Amino acid sequence: MTFLFESVFNGMSIGAVLLLTALGLAIVFGIMGVINLAHGELMMLGAYTTFVVQNGFRQLGEGWFDAYLFIAVPLAFAVAAGIGVLLERGVIRYLYGRPLETLLATWGVSLILQQLVRSISWQMTLQIILFCLLFFGGRWLLSKRAIAPPWQAWVTPVLLVLSVGIGLTAGLLVGGAVGLAMTKPWFGAQGVDVTAPSWLRGGVNLWGVQFPFVRLFIIALTAVCLVAIYLFLLRSQWGLRIRAVTQNRSMSACLGIPTQTVDALTFALGSGLAGVAGCAISLLGSVSPNTGQNYIVEAFMVVVVGGVGKIVGSIVAALGIGYVNYVIGSGLMTRFLEPQTALFAFFEFFASTSMARVMVFILIIAFLQLRPAGLFPQKGRTVDA
Amino acid sequence: MAQQFGLGRRKFLVYGSAALGTSLLIKGCAPATETGGGGQTPAAGGDTIKVGILHSLSGTMAISEKSVVDATQLAIEQINQAGGVLGKQIEPILEDGASDWPTFAEKATKLIDQDKVVAVFGCWTSASRKAVLPVFEAKNHMLWYPVQYEGQECSKNIFYTGAAPNQQIEPAVDWLLQNKGKKFFLVGSDYVFPRTANTIIKAQLAAKGGETVGEDYLPLGNTEVTPIITRIRNALPDGGVIFNTLNGDSNVAFFKQLQGAGLTPDKYPTMSVSIAEEEVQAIGVEYLKGHYAAWNYFMTVDTPENKAFVEAFKAKYGQNRVTNDPMEAAYIAVNLWKQAVEQAGTADDLEKVRQAAIGQTFNAPEGPVKMFPNHHISKTVRIGEVGDDGLFKIVYSTPQPVDPLPWNQFVAETKGFACDWTRTDVDNPGKFKAAGA
Repeated sequence: MTFLFESVFNGMSIGAVLLLTALGLAIVFGIMGVINLAHGELMMLGAYTTFVVQNGFRQLGEGWFDAYLFIAVPLAFAVAAGIGVLLERGVIRYLYGRPLETLLATWGVSLILQQLVRSISWQMTLQIILFCLLFFGGRWLLSKRAIAPPWQAWVTPVLLVLSVGIGLTAGLLVGGAVGLAMTKPWFGAQGVDVTAPSWLRGGVNLWGVQFPFVRLFIIALTAVCLVAIYLFLLRSQWGLRIRAVTQNRSMSACLGIPTQTVDALTFALGSGLAGVAGCAISLLGSVSPNTGQNYIVEAFMVVVVGGVGKIVGSIVAALGIGYVNYVIGSGLMTRFLEPQTALFAFFEFFASTSMARVMVFILIIAFLQLRPAGLFPQKGRTVDA
Repeated sequence: MAQQFGLGRRKFLVYGSAALGTSLLIKGCAPATETGGGGQTPAAGGDTIKVGILHSLSGTMAISEKSVVDATQLAIEQINQAGGVLGKQIEPILEDGASDWPTFAEKATKLIDQDKVVAVFGCWTSASRKAVLPVFEAKNHMLWYPVQYEGQECSKNIFYTGAAPNQQIEPAVDWLLQNKGKKFFLVGSDYVFPRTANTIIKAQLAAKGGETVGEDYLPLGNTEVTPIITRIRNALPDGGVIFNTLNGDSNVAFFKQLQGAGLTPDKYPTMSVSIAEEEVQAIGVEYLKGHYAAWNYFMTVDTPENKAFVEAFKAKYGQNRVTNDPMEAAYIAVNLWKQAVEQAGTADDLEKVRQAAIGQTFNAPEGPVKMFPNHHISKTVRIGEVGDDGLFKIVYSTPQPVDPLPWNQFVAETKGFACDWTRTDVDNPGKFKAAGA
């Protein structure tokens, strides 16, 4: 009994992490049809936000430090959502309906974000801000004036060269004058340490089963996120609009729904959830520029197995994959078999963490052969594939 | 909306796999950036001695290797300030192996053929060393390798200044058997070093009355360790020793989740062989306090040489920097090479330098070391416990430096074999059956 209880809990705790990392992806992919390969990097930004908040609270003293998560979770949501909106407004909205281009563009964004976190320093921030002020400000100013046609084409390139040049030079000059304080990267390429508050360290032993507090917290956080999404999509006005746009974009636009705002909002929601997931995984594992990469493949698997566009599917898929992963990896299959039998040797061979990963992928491939549309396929004539 | 955009599951799978494939391709083909820092200019009039530094300055290993480069450059700078070697300044040429083993081989060839260096200092992973080994052997050149490794290798063209298994892993196992218990669970990353190391540990435990109750390997980069923790708890219900050969990110996940699962160091002490001062900072002192690591050098080693080393390093690179074992081994390598060149009276005749290197002694930060005829050095072995400040409290150190044994004496295939590059009476001085064995 204890054994069953333990395996259900551990499977669920793996599944909760999978679900949390896949939720944002499921929303963006399921509702908007956008494959966001930068999703992992949005998680990474959430994790770094947690790191910054934690350092801020550490300055305040030990008593305050324990409370940092309550600020870190919403702030991680806000930061990732903000970057998500920038991404949607700056890149993705030009690519709707072109999945391959979206995929490549978001992959490029993910590489840029990784490198940005490695090299960002005060000097670089200054350069970026200066560039944005000069370039976008200049364009805005010039757009107010009428410029004769032959020169119009030159405005953007000239502005670009000028702002890049001025931004770079100013940054280098200030960096050279102030020295290491300006040019030292904030985070660097090496991983940074996020320590859980003292009430999340350790765990509790009930009925012979160990419950780590961090896992309980993540399960609770996942549940809260699910309920919040459910309420938002089904009970709020914007949720209704999102669902309307999902079903029929042009008809929704005709009825006066601001579809562009809806797109940005949906993307912000998905990205914000990635930020929350990043905050959660920073308690479990490492925080480094490539943190997101460790989770993105599994997150996509959850979405695909669940059936695209169905959040219920993602929930079932995440818990299922988590449970299978746990049962194979922990060698529980061999527990009921007699040692020295052929069957035992067979299962023993597969009972390792590396093998669990292989087996889960094989099972997913086999499953998709049987049900190519996932656990909960969308019904109706519009389904292609 | 997925339907309106004409994006179905199959297309998604196709595009997804295409993107992943492309990303792998591009990673594989990307030319490594050269971060020469002025070292690329050819020397004027031959008044300098050129040496190569070959490490990953980009990619996944850059985290660890960058600081080894710093230590190598510190040693070179100190020698140059003291007047150089044979009256000439050392000119380091820095190459980036980019955490990519074929690139390492390519850059080694470039350093030897194009830059005409007289020695190369570098490599970290066993995979990168195995990739450059044929290059150095074919060109009969010289590599100084600064990282502890799994042994079972002895090349005429490589000088190893990191620990062989009998200078790190074996003493650590002995110490654990005496102080912490007989039952061991082995956890490692899924690649060559942990698997070889665990083969050695299992053979040693079998020979010395210990017991291996289980072993498991995590794929590199995997951070879900719940199944492994269950295995450990099932195999060791009442506590026992965990021997940890995990590398990289997995360590962070492992130690964070170990604590939550209630596997605390008082009942489940872990011994790590690839966690040093820098890694402790990244994982978080809170999670590592009370656990152990085995190395030859810790920043807290109390010798006058180490005080000078740490001070010089901090003065050059910043007060918040820490030093660690591979960095110290790299520092030793440069100094031993310099002494060998001075004794040989030439830097260009590699055969003479090689012969002169054997028998060189040096008062290293870790204590006295000596280059043996098997191209490995004797080293003091230390065990440290992570303290509140993130530095290691040294709980054990061998009274004398331990002589190096590249061929393992617990594993059946290499038992009784020795390596001695001064021997001319055996067919293969790199691996021969020692007399009396």
